[in-house]
Amino acid sequence: MYKIVKKEFMAHDSIVLNEIESPQIAKKAKPGQFIMLKIDETGERIPLTMANVDKEKGTITIIYMIVGKSTKSFSMLEVGDSYLDCVGPLGEPTKIEKKGTVVCVGGGTGTAVLHPITRGMYEAGNNVITILGARNKDYLILEDEMETVSQELKICTDDGSKGRHGFVTDELREILETTQIDEVVAIGPVPMMKFVSLLTKEFNVPTLVSLNPIMIDGTGMCGGCRVTVGGKTKFACVDGPEFDGHQVDFDSLMRRLGAYKHEEEHSSECMFDEDLR
Amino acid sequence: MINVQNFTKKEKRAIPRQLMTERHPKQRAKYFDEVTLGYSHQEAQFEAARCIQCKDPECVKGCPVGIDIPGFLEMIVEDDLHGAIDRVWESTALPAVCGRVCPQEIQCEELCVVGLKDGKEPVGIGNLEMYIADWARINNIRNKVEIPKSTGKRVAVVGSGPAGVTVAGDLAKKGHAVTVFEAFHKAGGVLLYGIPEFRLAKDIVAHEIEQLKELGVKIEYNSVVGRTVDVDELLEEMDYDAVFIGVGAGLPNFLNIPGEDLNGVFSANEYLTRANLMRAFDFPKYDTPIIPGKNVAVLGAGNVAMDAARTALRLGAKSVKVVYRRTREESPSRHIELHHAEEEGVEFEFLTSPLEFIGSADGKLAGVSCEKMELGEPDEGGRRRPIPVKDSQFFIDCDLAIISIGTSANPLLTNVTDGLELNEWGNIKADLQTGKTTKDGVWAGGDITLGQATVILAMGTGRDAAVSIDEYLKTI
Repeated sequence: MYKIVKKEFMAHDSIVLNEIESPQIAKKAKPGQFIMLKIDETGERIPLTMANVDKEKGTITIIYMIVGKSTKSFSMLEVGDSYLDCVGPLGEPTKIEKKGTVVCVGGGTGTAVLHPITRGMYEAGNNVITILGARNKDYLILEDEMETVSQELKICTDDGSKGRHGFVTDELREILETTQIDEVVAIGPVPMMKFVSLLTKEFNVPTLVSLNPIMIDGTGMCGGCRVTVGGKTKFACVDGPEFDGHQVDFDSLMRRLGAYKHEEEHSSECMFDEDLR
Repeated sequence: MINVQNFTKKEKRAIPRQLMTERHPKQRAKYFDEVTLGYSHQEAQFEAARCIQCKDPECVKGCPVGIDIPGFLEMIVEDDLHGAIDRVWESTALPAVCGRVCPQEIQCEELCVVGLKDGKEPVGIGNLEMYIADWARINNIRNKVEIPKSTGKRVAVVGSGPAGVTVAGDLAKKGHAVTVFEAFHKAGGVLLYGIPEFRLAKDIVAHEIEQLKELGVKIEYNSVVGRTVDVDELLEEMDYDAVFIGVGAGLPNFLNIPGEDLNGVFSANEYLTRANLMRAFDFPKYDTPIIPGKNVAVLGAGNVAMDAARTALRLGAKSVKVVYRRTREESPSRHIELHHAEEEGVEFEFLTSPLEFIGSADGKLAGVSCEKMELGEPDEGGRRRPIPVKDSQFFIDCDLAIISIGTSANPLLTNVTDGLELNEWGNIKADLQTGKTTKDGVWAGGDITLGQATVILAMGTGRDAAVSIDEYLKTI
């Protein structure tokens, strides 16, 4: 059992933070790695990249958006409640080294995953420029936390309610045109990562993205999380979750993420209806 | 009831092989209930009486764990069922599993002298092993082992599949403290995620695991060795005196043909794990979904392919086609599995090779384009090599395709463990007799050393490793 010691709602209650007791995972976890979480006996295994790790307290933090039945059920757990199963740390950690100037681009809950990586980049002595994007200012998360680990923080909102009125790619293009950038790390919705990668390719700047495809085991056993990278089949769980953004087939990833759309809707509909279950 | 004990030798030899009752194919193909219903007591006695009690029994030589087969068969005839199960337990911790999934036709039963005579069939050893194990389970007869005083030695077993469970049981019986590290949330490995309910009911696996716990074996779930904890940590920081690695084969092979990323294309591992371990057949009560294919193509014709094909039928498929580039004769599956699949309505496209998966506009699988093959000259392995037939392309409509062409060694643990030598395929090099690896204090067995093998062969390597580990623990 993996107990929740802290819970917070963010972004109009659409995003939830859980700090979970798991000393073994906390001891080993590095930025960029993920866990598989299962709520109870009948639950499914959901991969979530860790947003924070407290080795002393023996806790890990995840931040997720409520999108379907599983995340809805997760969000109903309170402090003191427990997840039945939690496995990790899985995947290869981010290769953090001093590169020079690094731009970290975060969108949605991707910002949560980006945070420990950004901190790592900052602590490794990089000049870090962070760009955060959201629908509007209420959906921005971890602004203060990101600011403390960046030399510069840029905000973009679709409606202009805060920062630049526009997309993260507008801001990024301006930076790429004026500054020598050594690496871009982009984590967020698939379309965001796709368009960031297309843009950085124009400027020939190495770009790292973190993928979150559908998984079952998270240890390389099922191949459900396979993604096409540079024309080759890779398993996000053991070869990733981070890949060279210029090589990833994002359209294929997007299709695969929608594989169970119909089932997911059905599952959510049945959630509170014992007869339907 | 007829008492076979009063039968003369001649009468015993006249008994035909007792067929095990099976559910009707068309009916069972709709449910996940076990196919076989087992022997009645009378049938078991008749079958056991067919054994001629060889002085130097060949069948035992064919058993990877060396069960005293004539011994336990004689006890069944004599109605000493307690004695019979104890005799079986001396050699295997998983008789209910082995009775069901061992390929007896190429092991004990192939060597059975009764079956060597013209027109005679061998004694149904597997069926009898299943019978006696089920009798014990149903009657709550426990494997009462006097566990010796604790030796104070600690062993970590990585993986709770057939190899790991065997090592754990054997070493616990010697008084060592054993902890099994399992990556999943349930124990059993391939017995649980791979082999479907209709071939091996999951409560049987759970029962065998319970028995292991009664021997004092501890199981740590959700522990991925190589990630959550390393082999060196187990040996150095966590004070284990020995480690056994039985992590299985792991990584599913793909065909590397276009369209493999389409929705509706699965590895057999994923398809079966969703259905078996995650119980997707009970969606939405269980949250894990599965694509319920109407027309299904299974690529490959091994035992796992048969499991996948028959699972697809039970999940409501209208048509299931097994596509294999050689013929029925070369099919690596057990004859009984292929036969069961065929009975249930699975169709076979032999001498057929897939070329490309074709998708519809929305990214879903629409079918697989194939070509016909013919058998040419034998390859290095002695099997005749399939060669494409010119202009023989055709299309199989399917909304679900399951790739079942084997697995490769999963590098997750071996990549991060220093001192473990691997062979050219990435399998751990282990001594054939002892399972000892090139790393001090570390043994390995099962599919991570054998490549792809069977449950019983994995158990055999576990048994050998347990003997070697026990000897080692006495020296330290």
